[in-house]
Amino acid sequence: MSELITLNIDGVEVKAAPGTTILRAALANDIYIPHLCDHKELTSVGICRVCLVEIEGRRPTVSCMTPVEEGMVVTTSNEELDQIRKVNMELLVLNHDYDCQNCAKNSKCQLQELTRYVGIDENRINAMRAPELASPLDDSNPYYLRDLNKCVLCGICVRTCEEIQGDECIDFTFRGIETKIGVLGDKPIAESTCVTCGECVTRCPVGALVPRHAVEPTYEVDTVCPFCGCGCGITVGARGGKVVSSVADPDSPANNGSLCVKGRFGLGFVNSPDRLTTPLIRKDGDLVEASWEEALALIGDKLGQYKGEQFATIASAKCTVEDNYVMQKFTRAVMGTNNIDHCARL
Amino acid sequence: MAGLATTLGSGAMTNSIAEIGDAACIMAIGTSTTEAHPIIGYQVKKAVRQGAKLIVANPQEVPLARFADLFLPLKPGSDVALLMGMARIILEEGLHDQQYIEERCENLDQFKQSLEEYTLQFVSDITGLPGEDIVNAARMYAENNPSSILYCMGITQHSHGTDNVIAISNLALITGNLGRTSGGVNPLRGQNNVQGACDMGSLPNVFTGYQKVTDEAARQKFEKAWGASLSGEPGLTHTEIFDAAHRGEIKAIYLIGENPVLTEANAAHSLEAMKKLEFFVVQDIFLNETAALADVVLPAASFAEKNGTAVNTERRVQRVRKVLDPVGDAKPDWWIVSAIANEMGAEGFAYNSAAEIFKEITSLTPSYAGITYERLEEGGLQWPCPTEDHPGTPILHTEKFNTPSGKGKLMPIKYRPSEDCCDFDFPLILTTERNLYQFHSTMTRYSEGLDELSGGEHIMINPADAEKLGVADGDLVEVNSRRGKLQVKAKITRRSQEGVASLSFHFAECPTNLLTSAALDPVAKTPETKVCAIRINKA
Ligand code: SF4
Ligand code: SF4
Ligand code: SF4
Ligand code: FES
Repeated sequence: MSELITLNIDGVEVKAAPGTTILRAALANDIYIPHLCDHKELTSVGICRVCLVEIEGRRPTVSCMTPVEEGMVVTTSNEELDQIRKVNMELLVLNHDYDCQNCAKNSKCQLQELTRYVGIDENRINAMRAPELASPLDDSNPYYLRDLNKCVLCGICVRTCEEIQGDECIDFTFRGIETKIGVLGDKPIAESTCVTCGECVTRCPVGALVPRHAVEPTYEVDTVCPFCGCGCGITVGARGGKVVSSVADPDSPANNGSLCVKGRFGLGFVNSPDRLTTPLIRKDGDLVEASWEEALALIGDKLGQYKGEQFATIASAKCTVEDNYVMQKFTRAVMGTNNIDHCARL
Repeated sequence: MAGLATTLGSGAMTNSIAEIGDAACIMAIGTSTTEAHPIIGYQVKKAVRQGAKLIVANPQEVPLARFADLFLPLKPGSDVALLMGMARIILEEGLHDQQYIEERCENLDQFKQSLEEYTLQFVSDITGLPGEDIVNAARMYAENNPSSILYCMGITQHSHGTDNVIAISNLALITGNLGRTSGGVNPLRGQNNVQGACDMGSLPNVFTGYQKVTDEAARQKFEKAWGASLSGEPGLTHTEIFDAAHRGEIKAIYLIGENPVLTEANAAHSLEAMKKLEFFVVQDIFLNETAALADVVLPAASFAEKNGTAVNTERRVQRVRKVLDPVGDAKPDWWIVSAIANEMGAEGFAYNSAAEIFKEITSLTPSYAGITYERLEEGGLQWPCPTEDHPGTPILHTEKFNTPSGKGKLMPIKYRPSEDCCDFDFPLILTTERNLYQFHSTMTRYSEGLDELSGGEHIMINPADAEKLGVADGDLVEVNSRRGKLQVKAKITRRSQEGVASLSFHFAECPTNLLTSAALDPVAKTPETKVCAIRINKA
């Protein structure tokens, strides 16, 4: 580890590793600097220009692109900074559809946070506004919605797709006031190479990318994704006896805060109305509902007649460690055979 | 994973997922990582962005190939030839790690002898790859260290899957890539708890922690703990169980959480076998195609409705926590099995919780001995973790291998062609693969939206083959193999190389495995679902 650098932000002494930007050093020390296009897991690009700070002896600078230096003295807010910031901010939200009440991101939106800090003049904005909100809602993906009327062109989704997912499904398209985030050929997202990992959706700072059917969970539990062998840590949200959400557990070393489409959006099977809810016993050719007592009595009686090599258990790689342990113990100790396998070979 | 057990003494991923991103070279063979293991796919792409070399060897042009420095579209079933050919080049050009081989490996001379067969010409003929690409692959893998090999079902699902795995470990051994950070030999496990099911002895030849049933001392230990006398005769494997049922020797099966009607190689045969059973119990969360054949069906709790642990592909034991109460009368699998044991009057199944069971497991399993539910609250632990102050083991074999001599064994391998060969009647090769949005069985089909994204089942055919067959994109075709036939829509794509077509096996409407071969790997007994000769006609 190289030596930490010491600098001063708003009168507070802050230490940071060389190469850290002023913005991230400040945020790590609970000093808020307004910012929109910066995300701690992505490279900094400096597009939104609301993160301006003043460094002693220099012109106002974007803090997300400026690395810390020994002895730097940084001011995050003064009259000049606030004025420039306000103008930059107004340009960003010129075409923003300010319908916060009906937005899925309401109260978790970074633009709202920013607006509270910077303050904007709605009359001025309305006077400058383009006449209508141009983009139709893109609801072509089964799991998330794209409402570009909310987009602030921070480019976080573009960088997420490139740097985290490793694909380049979306990019800035068109120019000037027409600029928007799009898919090659301005098609709906469903016709792109998007694999619906949802990584961009979780990182979009505003309501432009939101999960479909978003329901606030009443409680959340950390567990493990039931699908592939990566074993991603997931935090599952539930409400009213149903699973309603799944987000990556940022502390899980297996997935480091990422998920794929299955772990993020694929848990609906738990709530399926087709789940088996009671034992079934075949009577006169048909499977009919039965009680546990009846089912267990029948199985106990029957299996008693097939002990030894005429019996086999097929266990499951989808069940837990404890489940599998009991299955093999039962097969070996009670049924008296080593005929047990599962589909790991497949 | 019998192959790795022979050469290294352990059949699990040697390194951790998080290390892959820092490898200097990655060879992904027989895996469509971005689709089957998306999170590991992110790591691979991260490594590439950081300048790592990527070699992708796969009969199909999988999405990861787009990121590769070298894409090797080898003929299905020719992996051994490629890997041994690379080993020969590495030794010939002196790119191996001499000191590592001297200190940590054994059997070099015999291994070298077996390489004689693998001349560049021979390897090029078998794999269908240009010699230059094979040489480049060998150099790229050997010259950029650490180098990590990732593989999946594309490697193990062959009648010579064990040979494939041994060939991979040979390559890693001669280049000194075992026991070092970001190197290793890394089998990617398909399902959420394949590793845990193996660790627990849901296998015919071992108790928990790979303690052999044939080992007298191990058996006595379990007999004492369980209060029962145990058989020292290894049991039947998955495929052998269905064969024995077909012959009428197995009369009763208790099948949990699987759907062999969809997933079993040569499914028609297994279907007949299941119909012959005198008593068939199926336990699942859905009434799937297999459960519909059962005499008794038991409703299981889903992962979200029970407590326990699962082990991921990097040997990390992690807590599964209950989110909801089970639907209706569904119960956790351990509860159901214990209830049956109790019904039959057995001792030792009076469990009240998964935690109790886990304690019993750790008391009988040395590699798990240091793991407790309390410790798992702090995050997962990678086995071996022999004591409560042991931090777990992210990288295996850092000092020695788990073989009797402690050395990594270089193994000679002879090339054997796949069992199911093409001929005049069946001129194309079929391989099976997995779709990102679908998963081995029925679970994803009940999650609204995933089905929509996957776009249904297609057979993927190369444009040149499609032209010869007069098949257009979207046409319904009939696919015949020596074992069965099915109808499916055609998708014309360069993802498939000429002469090879590919299908996934997720949908009940199109049980791919009706077509595939059940020729077994003689050691691992893995059915050959990856290679099957077929004929395609317009339906
Ligand atoms: S969902 Fe994933 S793949 Fe699709 S655009 Fe967003 S980051 Fe890219
Ligand atoms: S969609 Fe969201 S993340 Fe993407 S540029 Fe717009 S505001 Fe930023
Ligand atoms: S989220 Fe995706 S990559 Fe992670 S364990 Fe689940 S299925 Fe695998
Ligand atoms: S956060 Fe610095 S320019 Fe956007």
